[in-house]
Amino acid sequence: MAAAIKQPGWYRGAIGALLGAAFGFFLVIGLRALMGLDIYQTEQTGYPHIVVPLITAPFGFLFGFGAFDYWFRWAAGKPTIPDDHSAHGATKWQDYFKFNTDHKVIGTQYVVTTLMFFLIGGLLALMMRAELASPGSQIVAANTFNGLFSTHAVIMIFLFIIPVFAGLANYVLPLMIGAPDMAFPRLNALSFWLLPIAGIIFIASFLAPGGSFDAGWTGYAPLSTGAPFGQSFFNVGVQFAGASSIATALNFLVTIITMRAPGMNLWRMPLLVWANLSTSLLVVGATPFVAGAQFMVLFDRVLGMNFFQFLEGGDVISYQHIFWFYSHPAVYIMMLPGFGIVSEIISTHARKPVFGYRLMALALIGIVVLSYTVWAHHMFVAGMFSWLRVPIMITTLLIAVPTGIKIFSWLGTLFYGKIHVYSTAMLFALAFIVTFTVGGISGVMLGMIPLDIHVSDTYFIVAHIHFVLFGGSVFTIFAGIYHWFPKMTGRMYDEKLGRIHFWGTVIGTWGTFVPMHWIGMDGMPRRVADYASQYGDWNLFISVFAFILGAVQLVFFYNMIVSWRFGPKAGDNPWRANTIEWQVSSPPPVFNFDEIPRVVGGPYEFGTPGARHAIMGGETAAEIPEPKPTTVTAP
Amino acid sequence: MTRLPYLKLVLATFASGTLLSVLLLIPNWFGDAASTAAPEIDLMLDVTIVISSYIFAGVCVALAYALIKWRVKPGDESDGLPIHGNTKLEIVWTMIPLLIVLGLGIYSWVVLDDIEAKDKDAQIVNVYSQQFAWTFGFPEQGNKWSEGELHVPVDRQTVFKLHAQDVIHSFWVPEWRIKKDNVPGITTDAIVTPDKVGHFQLVCTELCGYGHSTMRANVVVESEADYAKWVKGLDQKVPESLILTADQALEIEREAQARDGGIEGSGVQETGTDNQS
Ligand code: HEM
Ligand SMILES: [Cu+2]
Ligand SMILES: [Cu+2]
Repeated sequence: MAAAIKQPGWYRGAIGALLGAAFGFFLVIGLRALMGLDIYQTEQTGYPHIVVPLITAPFGFLFGFGAFDYWFRWAAGKPTIPDDHSAHGATKWQDYFKFNTDHKVIGTQYVVTTLMFFLIGGLLALMMRAELASPGSQIVAANTFNGLFSTHAVIMIFLFIIPVFAGLANYVLPLMIGAPDMAFPRLNALSFWLLPIAGIIFIASFLAPGGSFDAGWTGYAPLSTGAPFGQSFFNVGVQFAGASSIATALNFLVTIITMRAPGMNLWRMPLLVWANLSTSLLVVGATPFVAGAQFMVLFDRVLGMNFFQFLEGGDVISYQHIFWFYSHPAVYIMMLPGFGIVSEIISTHARKPVFGYRLMALALIGIVVLSYTVWAHHMFVAGMFSWLRVPIMITTLLIAVPTGIKIFSWLGTLFYGKIHVYSTAMLFALAFIVTFTVGGISGVMLGMIPLDIHVSDTYFIVAHIHFVLFGGSVFTIFAGIYHWFPKMTGRMYDEKLGRIHFWGTVIGTWGTFVPMHWIGMDGMPRRVADYASQYGDWNLFISVFAFILGAVQLVFFYNMIVSWRFGPKAGDNPWRANTIEWQVSSPPPVFNFDEIPRVVGGPYEFGTPGARHAIMGGETAAEIPEPKPTTVTAP
Repeated sequence: MTRLPYLKLVLATFASGTLLSVLLLIPNWFGDAASTAAPEIDLMLDVTIVISSYIFAGVCVALAYALIKWRVKPGDESDGLPIHGNTKLEIVWTMIPLLIVLGLGIYSWVVLDDIEAKDKDAQIVNVYSQQFAWTFGFPEQGNKWSEGELHVPVDRQTVFKLHAQDVIHSFWVPEWRIKKDNVPGITTDAIVTPDKVGHFQLVCTELCGYGHSTMRANVVVESEADYAKWVKGLDQKVPESLILTADQALEIEREAQARDGGIEGSGVQETGTDNQS
């Protein structure tokens, strides 16, 4: 027992969390006592004796869990414990519950954890749809309802979509570029463990007096600065989720820039790598802004500052500028990795090089640059400086151009291909093209100020965001999970169940989110617990399809769990793909490669006899035939 | 390599795009219209629907054609043609969307300027909002005050000065197509010229707390004479507290600007509280 407590791990972590909480608690009441204040401050925006432990306890846990052991020894000049790689790789299920530094284990941890949050977020959504199935009040009170959509959105965005992409890329990207691991494996592990912490904080807000945070995922001041205590959980939780994203993005940037296998120049990088490079550029630049915005709200709440207290000179609208300076880029943080996934899948299953590969990569960079210039399109009716609206409208509409390039190039990839549609991954990628086009079109409509003035803050927005986030991001997430499932687990999933999941999801998505456009345009505002009875029929329709959509996700979970355990062996390269991750075993060996591969050509050289992307260790160059350069121009 | 049946593809896109636009143009999406801005905005919606229909149809036709034409026969393990791209085509599908969105942008700009143009004979109405109620002040008629019911004259522009006492609310009458947030600390404005008499609803569209979904007010658009009579009949004046709060906020803004020299280029300094000019 004593040894177990000294070792980094769950025991030490639990003790660390308790000590951290105690430290924060006594720090606050000690300081307050010293200053002659009431020891406990329990106004709804107060509770410093709980807010501070909310920050210190996770750090205590992480110390105890062993996240910082190596760095502390190093910093203190102590001999570091020689790494015996016991924290690397997983041989039994318990290894997934440790501070593991193997990018493949971390990738799996991410995907499984975020899917759990997807389930929780989905249940919250279904509770909302039950409430909204008919006008009037059904199962929850209005303020509980506000808590439901707030936590739903926050969990889906910060704990599902953003991190699940980080998880998939964590697993696949180092393999794809021929690297043995990520550049900073310990930082990588730390990034993962920050996530469940953020999740626990968000969900724990339901226990707070006054209920969970309920000012929407946007948390606009001054509604948020004056909201009940639960709001502070949001402010703090975002810090952990944000730190996790930023650290991962730095890790990806360094990994992509410095650890590509010899021969992999920029124009030989698979588009998934380009996509994560672009996403990471958005995360490192933008995420600090949301962290800052939430700290400012927290300081207004707990420390009585007045960033956004309008009666004391605070400026209400500046919150929105700071928030959207992150949160518009965030929508692309939630989409670009999906673009990468779709490019890989479509090229592989159409047996054709990605059409216009270079323009595809440049379009990603174009989106990154433009993304930083459009934040205020969320504020066309917010009463901000009116001159800013037209320039922002123009940049917003321009984003449709690189987005269009991507869609047309995917279609171009299919032309003259040999299209295989037996894989559920490919089905989701194809459906994504159609669904995302709808979301892109409604985005352009929202970018046009006169139309946005009418539909802003209505159900039309709810429809748009779900077409791009469910029909866009989530479809690509499913595509990616199905595509790399055989690589990650070494086993094949059941395509029949995959198809049921696919068709159910497509029908559910369209049935749920298409009518939302209509009722929004007709006058139903968003974020309401109740609505005018004229919208009753459509809302019932929407709720029915939402429940279908929810139910069919169970098929997905069943398929994943059962196939992981009992599925047939998949083989190393079931899709006959070219990129490097498919040239190693499934699942890959602990250190990925015995010998670092050499990259000799583009990633998608389908149809060119003898063309190779990479030469794996063990092969000699002499065995590799010189590719015959073929140039075919499209008719 | 077979040549693409360009003509057929274009015709199919055209046909399905036309069919889709016709179907999508039938419903009256934005609902009844009751302001001079509404027809312009509704026309803009129709134009966008038509353009979008053709784009969506093009994507679907291309996808369907590819899937029918190049879906592999069972057992075929060969690869597709090694086409890497086509610079001309890529330029085309960059330039066409570029021109479309720039066109839509300019169109939107023109319409925006139009619907926000101020008339000389416009009257001013103050809109006060607080959790979860709307009240209205009529500064040009002796600061008369109405709770929960707004009357305005038909065919005359009204500039609503929007105020918020606690959190952000948002002023929206769907039939007018105009929406603007009421922001605590500053005054924003919404410009409307109602052109139909009738009863409408003012809907709060910015989340403002547990009562958000019930934060409504009745709106009556009536003839100039009826309106004058109604205002006259109001027996309350805007309470000091509302004006005081608005003034306090104004004072604070002024002080802040005196301190910081205003916000450059924002147009805020000249008017004190009015962010809209
Ligand atoms: C052609 C590309 C797009 C354009 C032009 C566009 C435009 C817009 C505009 C103007 C709004 C603000 C509407 C309003 O609140 O009044 C908006 C909202 C939103 N968009 Fe997009 N969008 C595009 C693509 C995307 C993508 C790819 C995503 C995410 C994957 C996304 C996610 C969102 C979200 C989450 C909101 C709502 C935020 C909120 O108020 O909670 N959009 N979009
Ligand atoms: Cu945006
Ligand atoms: Cu409201």
